[in-house]
Amino acid sequence: MLLLDNVSKIYKDGSLALDGVNITIKPKEFVSIVGHSGAGKSTLLKMIMAEDKPTKGKVFFEDIDIHTLNRSEMNDYRRRIGMVFQDFRLIPNMTAYENIAFAMEAAGRTDEEIAADVPHVLELVDLKKKMHNFPNQLSGGEKQRVAIARAIVNQPDIIIADEPTGNLDPVNTYEVIQILKKINDLGTTIILTTHNKGVIDSLGKRVISVEAGKIIRDDKSGKYLL
Amino acid sequence: MLITKLKRTLRSGFISFWRNGSVSLASVLVMTITLIVISCVLFVGVVLNTTLKDIQSKVDINVYFTKDAVQDGVDQIVKSVKALPQVADITYTNKEDSLKEFRLRHQNDQLTLQALDELGDNPLGAKMSVRAKDPSQYETIVKFIKNSGGDNGTVDRINYDENKVAIDKLAEIIVASRKLGFAAVLFFIFVSVLITFNTIRLAIFIFREEISVMQLVGASAMYIRGPFVTSGVMYGICSGLLTMLVLWPISYWLGLLSDTLGVTVNLYQYYQENWFQLAFLLIISGLILGATSSYLAVKRYLRI
Repeated sequence: MLLLDNVSKIYKDGSLALDGVNITIKPKEFVSIVGHSGAGKSTLLKMIMAEDKPTKGKVFFEDIDIHTLNRSEMNDYRRRIGMVFQDFRLIPNMTAYENIAFAMEAAGRTDEEIAADVPHVLELVDLKKKMHNFPNQLSGGEKQRVAIARAIVNQPDIIIADEPTGNLDPVNTYEVIQILKKINDLGTTIILTTHNKGVIDSLGKRVISVEAGKIIRDDKSGKYLL
Repeated sequence: MLITKLKRTLRSGFISFWRNGSVSLASVLVMTITLIVISCVLFVGVVLNTTLKDIQSKVDINVYFTKDAVQDGVDQIVKSVKALPQVADITYTNKEDSLKEFRLRHQNDQLTLQALDELGDNPLGAKMSVRAKDPSQYETIVKFIKNSGGDNGTVDRINYDENKVAIDKLAEIIVASRKLGFAAVLFFIFVSVLITFNTIRLAIFIFREEISVMQLVGASAMYIRGPFVTSGVMYGICSGLLTMLVLWPISYWLGLLSDTLGVTVNLYQYYQENWFQLAFLLIISGLILGATSSYLAVKRYLRI
C-alpha cells in the first residue's frame, strides 16, 4: 500500500534528516515509529504526506509516486489520508462541528452527508455534547479527539498520527490510543509516531525504530527498543 | 456543486470576518485610512483643477479692428476665429459699444470725455475678445488672425505680444501643476495600496497554520482562498462605507473654509452632488484592493 524506496532527505543547511529509508506498510497495519527527538520521524511523515520532497528516493502509494502528482491529484491523495498532530492543529475560529465539517466540505461532500456524518463521528469520540464548542473551550484530550474525528470523517485509507499523545495526560493518552486501535480494527491503516514506551508496549504492534535518519530496527513483535 | 461551493465560501468568509472581529476591525480601519487618503488626493485634484480652470478662464486676448475696417471683413474674421477648434469662446464688441464702454470707463475723467466730444467722430474700432481652450494655443490663434486680416488693414492690433510672456508662463505653470498633481495622485495611491496590502498580509499571516491544515485535509487552493477573498471584499465594502461617512464632516468643514482659502469650488457641495459616484468609486476601490491583497497574501502560504 505504502512504500518508501531508498528515501533520503538533506535540508538546505546540509543536515541529513533521512538516509536511505526503505519501508513497506501493508493495508490495515498499525505501525509505530519511534526515535529520539531529531531522529527523523517527523521528516518521514512529511515525506508520506508530501509536505516536503525527498532529496533522493521515492514514496509510492498504491504504486503511484506521490511526489509526481499534480495539485488536484495531490488534494485527492491527501483526502485519503487523515492527519492527527501533537498540537491538534484545529482551526481556532471554527467549532468542533465546523472543524470536522470543513474536512468533508474540502472533499466535496454534500450538506446532507455532512449533517449525517459529523454528529456520528463526534459520537464515536464521545464529544457530541460539545460539538458547538470552539477549540479554546475544550481540554487537550477533547481537542485531540476532535482532531481524530476530523481525520476519520472522510474514511481515509491511512491515519497518520504524529505524537498524538505528546501533550496529553495518561488518562487522555489511554483514551486516544484506544480510539486509534478501534479505528485500526475497523480496517484503517495507522502510522503512529511516539516517544511513549507505555503506549508501544500496550499496543503490541509493529515498531520501526529510527536513529539519525536511518531505520535501525523493524520489530513485528511490538517491542520498544532504542 | 458549484453553487454549493460558492455558498460555503461566502458563508465561511462572512463567519471568519465576524469571528475574527479584532483582525477585521484593524484591517477595515487601515483600509479606511487608505481610502481617506485617496479621497483627499481626489479632493485636492478637484480643487487644483477648478483653480487652474478658473485662472485659465481669466486669460484672453483682445483683437482691435481698425476704425475704417469693412464690416464684412470683420464679420468674416469673427466667424472664422469662432470656428477654430482651439477657441473656447469669443466676445465681439462693435464700434458703438466700444465707445460706450470707453465713456463708462472714463466717466470720472472729464478731460478725456471732453476731448472725445471735440473729435465729433467715433475714433474707436470694433473689438473681439478671444478665449482659447488652452493658454498654449494662443500663438496659433494669433497667427491665424494675422494671416486672415492683419495684412489687409482690417486688424489694427492684437494685445498678445504684450502679454505673451505672462501667458506662456501661465501655460507652463498649468502644465507643470497638472503633471505634479498626477504624480502626487499616483504616489499616494501607490503608498496607500502598499499599506493596505501589507496590513491584509499581516492579517492572513495569523492564519498561516490554518491554511497549512486546510491543505493537509485536502482542500483545494481555490477552496482555501475563497473565504479569505470574501473577507477581503468585506473589508473593502465596510471601509468604503466608513470612508463616505468620515468624508461627510471633513467635506463640510473644508466647504466652510473655501471662501477663507479663496478656492472657488465648495467641497461640501461637491460631496453632495457627487456622493453616489464617490461611494461607488470608494467601495469598488476598496473591494478590488481587499480581494486582490487577500488573494496574493494567501498564495504565499499555499506552497505545501
